[in-house]
Amino acid sequence: MWLKLTLASLVALGATLGNAQAQISDDVVKIGVLNDQASLYADLTGQGSVIAARLAAEDFGGKVLGKPIEIVFADHQNKPDVGSTVANRWIDVEKVDAIADVPTSSVALAVQEITKNKNRMLLISGAASSALTSDKCSPTGIHWTYDTWALANGTGKATVLAGGDSWFFLTADYAFGHALEKDTTDVVKANGGKVLGVVRHPLNSSDFSSFLLQAQASKAKIIGLANAGTDTTNSIKQAAEFGIVKGGQNLAGLLVFLNDVHALGLDVAQGLMLTEAFYWDLTDETRAWTKRFTQRHKQHPNMIHAGVYGAVTHYLKAIQAAGTDEAKAVAAKMKELPVDDFFTKGGRVREDGRTIRDMYLFQVKKPAESKGPWDYYKLVRTIPAAEAFRPIEQGNCPFAKKS
Amino acid sequence: MIFELLGVPPQALFGQLLLGLINGAFYAMLSLGLAVIFGLMNVINFTHGAQYMMGAFVAWLGLKYLGVNYWLALVLAPIVVGASGIILEQLLLKRLYHLDHLYGLLLTFGLALIIEGLFRHQYGSSGQPYAIPDALKGSQNLGFMFLPNYRAWVVVGSLIFCLGTWFVIERTKLGAYLRAATENPQLVRAFGINVPRMIMLTYGFGVGLAALAGVMAAPIQQVNPLMGSNLMVVVFAVVVIGGMGSIMGSIVTGFALGVVEGLTKVFYPEASNTVIFVIMAIVLLIKPAGLFGRTR
Repeated sequence: MWLKLTLASLVALGATLGNAQAQISDDVVKIGVLNDQASLYADLTGQGSVIAARLAAEDFGGKVLGKPIEIVFADHQNKPDVGSTVANRWIDVEKVDAIADVPTSSVALAVQEITKNKNRMLLISGAASSALTSDKCSPTGIHWTYDTWALANGTGKATVLAGGDSWFFLTADYAFGHALEKDTTDVVKANGGKVLGVVRHPLNSSDFSSFLLQAQASKAKIIGLANAGTDTTNSIKQAAEFGIVKGGQNLAGLLVFLNDVHALGLDVAQGLMLTEAFYWDLTDETRAWTKRFTQRHKQHPNMIHAGVYGAVTHYLKAIQAAGTDEAKAVAAKMKELPVDDFFTKGGRVREDGRTIRDMYLFQVKKPAESKGPWDYYKLVRTIPAAEAFRPIEQGNCPFAKKS
Repeated sequence: MIFELLGVPPQALFGQLLLGLINGAFYAMLSLGLAVIFGLMNVINFTHGAQYMMGAFVAWLGLKYLGVNYWLALVLAPIVVGASGIILEQLLLKRLYHLDHLYGLLLTFGLALIIEGLFRHQYGSSGQPYAIPDALKGSQNLGFMFLPNYRAWVVVGSLIFCLGTWFVIERTKLGAYLRAATENPQLVRAFGINVPRMIMLTYGFGVGLAALAGVMAAPIQQVNPLMGSNLMVVVFAVVVIGGMGSIMGSIVTGFALGVVEGLTKVFYPEASNTVIFVIMAIVLLIKPAGLFGRTR
């Protein structure tokens, strides 16, 4: 009896001592930026996201709870197996506490399984699939910047309401494209439109003429581009070549970034509607941050880069407030603290991991309206946070149903 | 009747066949360059995709900074990139001729990665815009489809270049020397012909063909550091199917596989990236030397 009591108290003592000292595991908060460093999404995510994460760490003072913050990065080549291998190695061997960015939804879904099982934070900025906060949600996964539902309800809805009520989709044939196509189809149907057809192309295609010809033959008013990166820019460029817009059909680029517009040039891109969470020329704060960003990077930042900064900052704030870097405790804190950074005002992280913020519907300027490189968007409408994202009860995230 | 069975209206089918032919034009031009280099030098040139990309970039840089128009770029880019190929051959490749093929393959593959990395570092991965030249803007209504004038030019232009190359190598005295020099360099040298210089120029020519294809692709695609590596895998499959080193084989196979791929894009678009490799596997099983190849 006595022995048992002593043992029990020793264990209890050990536990409290452990808690008091080991708030930060391995004496470092290590954040791994996992994205496409070399292929079709490299300009949209890539080094820009790494720089954004480093800016966030520096602005936080380089330390949290007295321990250093370290940023590392790796290339997942847009392949779920490569991404999973890196994530496992980072967590098991290299003591990474949180993985950030992770564009390419198929990779993000794979990594989310790993971080969920191994209790590490996943701060998603680059990936878009709304499945990340529905049936595939994770208690330690935060979907920070945007998602396919928000894109569909931004660009998709605005297009239908402007009279584009029959659609044909050009869809990238993987998780992201499918999610974007599905979410947009729902919006089109809910607003009285119809979908006439779909063609699914392999990721990273260079020739879209065949798919565009099928879209042309469908006679749909709107050709919805459920793809991203160079897939989107090549689709738009070749649509112009085949006279699709001149023939009376219109393109809806469902996921277009500032860098894509820059790559296309305003002659081709003018008039496109697009939904983003951030544009560098919105407020004094966004301009000031962009200035710092562009001192280190050749391109202007897009919403993914800004999102990585915001997510990492909020993560560090949560560690500070929780007094630990244990993922579940940090996640709970992230959901408790209000989100306020240079581009998100009055945001919050919902129980299912979805960050709620205002989104913006932009239109690409005509060449005459632009003052120079990177002056590309005019604001059409601010989509209020309450309307911008899928209501939590429609998401079917198992642990967030009741809230 | 047969069209109804296939479930695709005949007009759409014709359109897709034509588009396949246009893509085939690029396969043909690229695999031709590879075939020339392999046929005459026994080097598997993995830098080919990077050189194709360089062709497109030379055109873009020329237009942006020097005001060089498309037609001039069509002449200049192959010369500039071809010259860079000659330097490469003189500095590095030349030293590997007496070694196994594998060494040339590794060297050119490594160089391709380095060249692409440098361009990506400098110009990013999103690509740069290159407009269609004014003279080729607009399109023709063929009844079953609108054919952009530029794409029509791609087919015609690449046919001219391909057949011209075939003619020079297979039907002229210069070509005869070239072919003889690969079979027996000692003997040809004994006739007073400078074989190393001929091989150097052959490599420059093959590289120039890649650059020419790059310039032709620039107005269709974004000018992108990765445009070559995406295409190269397919082109190598084309070369293998056609038979390594066979000039006519690479031209015919290039166009034919473009058409096959085009049809796949209609009937089962998800497989359009894989169909060529399925064909490659079948051909290798039945005829390991390729459709037009001869065993060495």
